[in-house]
Amino acid sequence: MIAIIDYDAGNLTSVARAVTYMGFTCSVTSNSAEIERSERIIFPGVGAAGSAMQSLKRMGLDKIIASEFRKGKPILGICLGTQIIMGHSEENRVACLGLIDGSVRAFPPNIQSERGGCLKIPHMGWNRIHVRNPHPLLEGVDPAAEFYFVHSYYPDPSDPDDIVATTHYGISFASVIGLKNLVATQFHPEKSGRPGLDILKNFCRWKPLC
Amino acid sequence: MLSKRIIPCLDVHEGKTTKGVKFKNNVEIGDPVEMARFYYEAGADEIVFYDITASYQKRGIMIDVVRRVAETIFIPFSVGGGIRTVADMRTVLLAGAEKISVNSAAVRNPDIISQGAKAFGNQCVVLGMDVKRVGKSRKIPSGYEIVINGGRTFIGIDALQWAIKAQDLGAGEICLNSIDADGTTDGYELTLTALISENVDIPVIASGGAGKPEHLSDVLTTGKADAALIASMVHYGTYSISEIKKFLDSRAIKVRKTW
Repeated sequence: MIAIIDYDAGNLTSVARAVTYMGFTCSVTSNSAEIERSERIIFPGVGAAGSAMQSLKRMGLDKIIASEFRKGKPILGICLGTQIIMGHSEENRVACLGLIDGSVRAFPPNIQSERGGCLKIPHMGWNRIHVRNPHPLLEGVDPAAEFYFVHSYYPDPSDPDDIVATTHYGISFASVIGLKNLVATQFHPEKSGRPGLDILKNFCRWKPLC
Repeated sequence: MLSKRIIPCLDVHEGKTTKGVKFKNNVEIGDPVEMARFYYEAGADEIVFYDITASYQKRGIMIDVVRRVAETIFIPFSVGGGIRTVADMRTVLLAGAEKISVNSAAVRNPDIISQGAKAFGNQCVVLGMDVKRVGKSRKIPSGYEIVINGGRTFIGIDALQWAIKAQDLGAGEICLNSIDADGTTDGYELTLTALISENVDIPVIASGGAGKPEHLSDVLTTGKADAALIASMVHYGTYSISEIKKFLDSRAIKVRKTW
């Protein structure tokens, strides 16, 4: 069973529907015993870092996620979940879980497109990813595939080895990051069509080597 | 760089997809869940549903259709029509929609935009605008006026001023529909689209009038739109989404080519 962590951070049903559609069993839950029993964990989320951290702490889920990570259980972060696993976020200037060293940064104001002109923030829509360090999560995914993003902040790992893929939007930023049994996407695989579903399937079958 | 989005629009009336011309004479053309699945597999980047009679007849939107669509397609979709409160928004989002579109209700009560943005984030709130060309006047300086209740009621609001106000209130995107162009297949209203796009910082989806791929390339370049809504040109099988994207790609417009 896959535990999709429920911490009052947006609509998690779309992740559950996509995982179920791919033939895997999942449960949207905030129950610590159920999370500990699960085979793997998906940590999604939409919203702001500050209130998300507050909810996680109030529900005691911050400690559970950290301890499950240390046990070696496969964990997939999505969007806000990907930001919360970093050390610190510029959004609400809040300390996060610190599973991967580095910060979450805001897109700089007035970033320019290649053709000139200001790029709109949030970065919302379909964009490509460029693999830096191959990862089982991206196995079989067409290099030309695009993914659906909605965000104003991005993860910035201290160690370049933790960057799996980058995306270009005025600047180049880490759109897939990973460390040991933890891997995370800034985009929404559950809203990215077949390539996104393939990523979810890859995660559901992934056996980390650590 | 972001790809320009191609978005089929399904007008839903009592659970069936319909199509009209200039908001009138709607005829039934299919099942919205099947059509959504078809467009998803054909390469649509997003899908928009409008419960077109909802705001007029004052009934709730069809949550059941939304729920079934969400089980079938795995790209973003938005739902509009008859959404008047934050509770209405929550119901639609929990049923599986990515975004909610507010139109007449936001004109009557602009606070719904800020309340929705605060509760669910700006990216969830799309301002739907139905606009008619009326000529410039002291009351309507841009020459474009907002019409509500499915194209039935003028209320003396300037389209450009309303777009800017809605952005300030927290709308994350604007879906801009020209009533003059709607269903004509003669092309988008380029002047209107460029006017709004140039004066807001949020993405603008152009709507109304698409009849051939050239119309999309016009509105995504001259019209400065971020996305283009299509209906008639794909509903009747005249063009496939893949043909449209190939054409746009040949005009050096960035589109998503793998799905």
